Amino acid sequence: MAEQGKAMVRLRDLRVTFKAPGKTIRAVSGVDLEVAEGEVVALIGESGSGKSVTLRSIMRLHPESRTRIEGGLEVDGRDVLAMRGRELSSLRGDTVAMIFQEPLLALDPVYTVGAQIAETIRRHRKVSAAEARAQALALFEKVRIPSPARRLDAYPHEMSGGMRQRAMIALALSCSPKVLLADEPTTALDATVQIQILLLLRELQRELDLSIVFVTHDIGAAVEVADRIAVMYAGRIVEQGPAAQLLAQPRHPYTMSLLQSRSHGALQKGQRLQTIPGAPPDLSNLPPGCAFAPRCAYAVAACQTQQPAEQRLDAQHAVRCLRAQELQFAEVANAAAAISNDLIDPTKETA
Amino acid sequence: MSLTAHLLTQENRDVGGPRQPLLGVRQLLKHFPLKQQGLPWSRGPANAVRAVDGVSFDIMKGETLGVVGESGCGKSTTARVLMQLIEQDSGELVFDGQTVGSRAMPLRQFRRQAQMVFQDSYSSLNPRMTIEDSIAFAPIVHGLSAREAIARARSLLGRVGLQPERFAGRYPHELSGGQRQRVNIARALALEPRLVILDEAVSALDKSVEAQVLNLLLDLKQEFGLTYLFISHDLNVVRFISDRVLVMYLGQVVEVGPAEQVFDAPRHPYTRALLRSMPSMDPAHRTEEAPLAGDPPNPINPPSGCRFHTRCQFAQAACQQREPVFADAAEGHGVACLRYEVGSGYDASAFDAGMIHQENEHG
Repeated sequence: MAEQGKAMVRLRDLRVTFKAPGKTIRAVSGVDLEVAEGEVVALIGESGSGKSVTLRSIMRLHPESRTRIEGGLEVDGRDVLAMRGRELSSLRGDTVAMIFQEPLLALDPVYTVGAQIAETIRRHRKVSAAEARAQALALFEKVRIPSPARRLDAYPHEMSGGMRQRAMIALALSCSPKVLLADEPTTALDATVQIQILLLLRELQRELDLSIVFVTHDIGAAVEVADRIAVMYAGRIVEQGPAAQLLAQPRHPYTMSLLQSRSHGALQKGQRLQTIPGAPPDLSNLPPGCAFAPRCAYAVAACQTQQPAEQRLDAQHAVRCLRAQELQFAEVANAAAAISNDLIDPTKETA
Repeated sequence: MSLTAHLLTQENRDVGGPRQPLLGVRQLLKHFPLKQQGLPWSRGPANAVRAVDGVSFDIMKGETLGVVGESGCGKSTTARVLMQLIEQDSGELVFDGQTVGSRAMPLRQFRRQAQMVFQDSYSSLNPRMTIEDSIAFAPIVHGLSAREAIARARSLLGRVGLQPERFAGRYPHELSGGQRQRVNIARALALEPRLVILDEAVSALDKSVEAQVLNLLLDLKQEFGLTYLFISHDLNVVRFISDRVLVMYLGQVVEVGPAEQVFDAPRHPYTRALLRSMPSMDPAHRTEEAPLAGDPPNPINPPSGCRFHTRCQFAQAACQQREPVFADAAEGHGVACLRYEVGSGYDASAFDAGMIHQENEHG
């Protein structure tokens, strides 16, 4: 979609299904996404919308025996779905690396953090142990861990949540990947630490010209780092576009309700919150039409039967909604944005 | 339907009248001792995690008091002490004029009036009990007949938006996270409490489900005349639901006041930094600098003087030595910061100049 550079990640009609006893779960049913060199794309959506599944598919982390991945999946121009054993493991870490939500689970508890980073480097590069350790130290400095030399010898449980997340970022960057996949990297952190990590990611991205796919359910976090935002619902991207445009002029009813359901987004105190009625659909039993139709305030009869195709509103902004041309939510969203700015603007005071 | 003679009726439960705080917390202290290291004769003085270190506040009748702070600041420990799930080292809880644990307000009677909803909706329900039985459990313990208790559980299920005929016989694993949290809320209400403590009760839910549960909490508060203590790290949610907000840092209260005032005109530098840490929601004006560096200090050995001085950009020499006293900076707006203390040796002009500079930069 973005034309400024070559696509580092290219998903074409990606479908991921999991086999479970007695049913098939269609976690991702047709995702088209391109991430250009040096671009940050945020995938947002609720739990079960398929955002993490999409992300993990890019590195093929799902258990092979129970998962079927179909469609086109290219990273740095190479077809990931065609890769076998050794080729795949050299892709992981070297070209693509991932940061997980819970570093305490992602890091090995019985090795020091430094040893884990050095191991990763030596697995991919022919360097001595001392050289690998020196590189690990440089990485720790880069992600700004205080007293890095001492921290290399720390075990994951000896570090605080924010520091562990920095260590995991260092681990992910250890083989200078071109693409960084971040799966809710700040969800488990406090607001004060979250903003530090977001700023660090943004800085590293600029410095190393990384392509980042950032999965989150927090629109605020997405806005802080992303150039483009893609909104997922029931395994499909229902809307994608530049962050500012998507926020100011959402064109899909789901995007609009997501913006509204942010508790500070649309409401004054004392009023009830706007909610999306109902619950997300069962992924093993998706409706034939638009998956959001049963919860959508603007649904018409055709929405129940017809799967909306992706419509380009302009070069960057695309939406999957039958009524996209009729519906305009600009005013609503602008009002919401204005209120939200009021609320978080600490400067509006007289100390 | 109302619980019979065992529970007092709504009217004569109110002992002290509307102006008396529902729950008064006085100098609450809870330290968790650490395991001693080394040999018995070479041990130093015993260390302890000073989780709650002298906390005092009031919860007024019918209000929602929001509690915010970073993880490890003692919000959850405070909640657990309030519920008497763990006992305080010292300090006093006064429920509607009566000391909790005294003869006038024995623990059993207190627990009928104060209930809690936890963050993890799954682990706080017994996986081997149907949700109807879970809700009916406490009323039965407190003397209601099983039949009445079940009828009560079903009516509460309906009230929290789960049709009893569909859901009553289900087990916790058969429900979604949002539904389970509704069950936990129904269970907390089963004893007709007056105070409900919500410890990160909506934090684990998706945004759209969170909004539904928050609406439910607003409705229930109105309908049952409840008082909430609402703990969350999500400042937006706290702002939305709270009448007053309490800010904690390293086991102490640093600021408390009406929600609008605390959010629009925060006094304590920590509160300001916390508010500025929220993502900006505006791609054109992204946050350029983290308002606070690093993590909170270790609560085992907190900094001397003002505990925030190590991370405070307005810290002066006095802050290292002198512990601020919690005092009213405005009507009903208390703050623990030397800037607002007369004769503290703190140069207020530097503080105000710094504030103005910060405002210009972020304005």
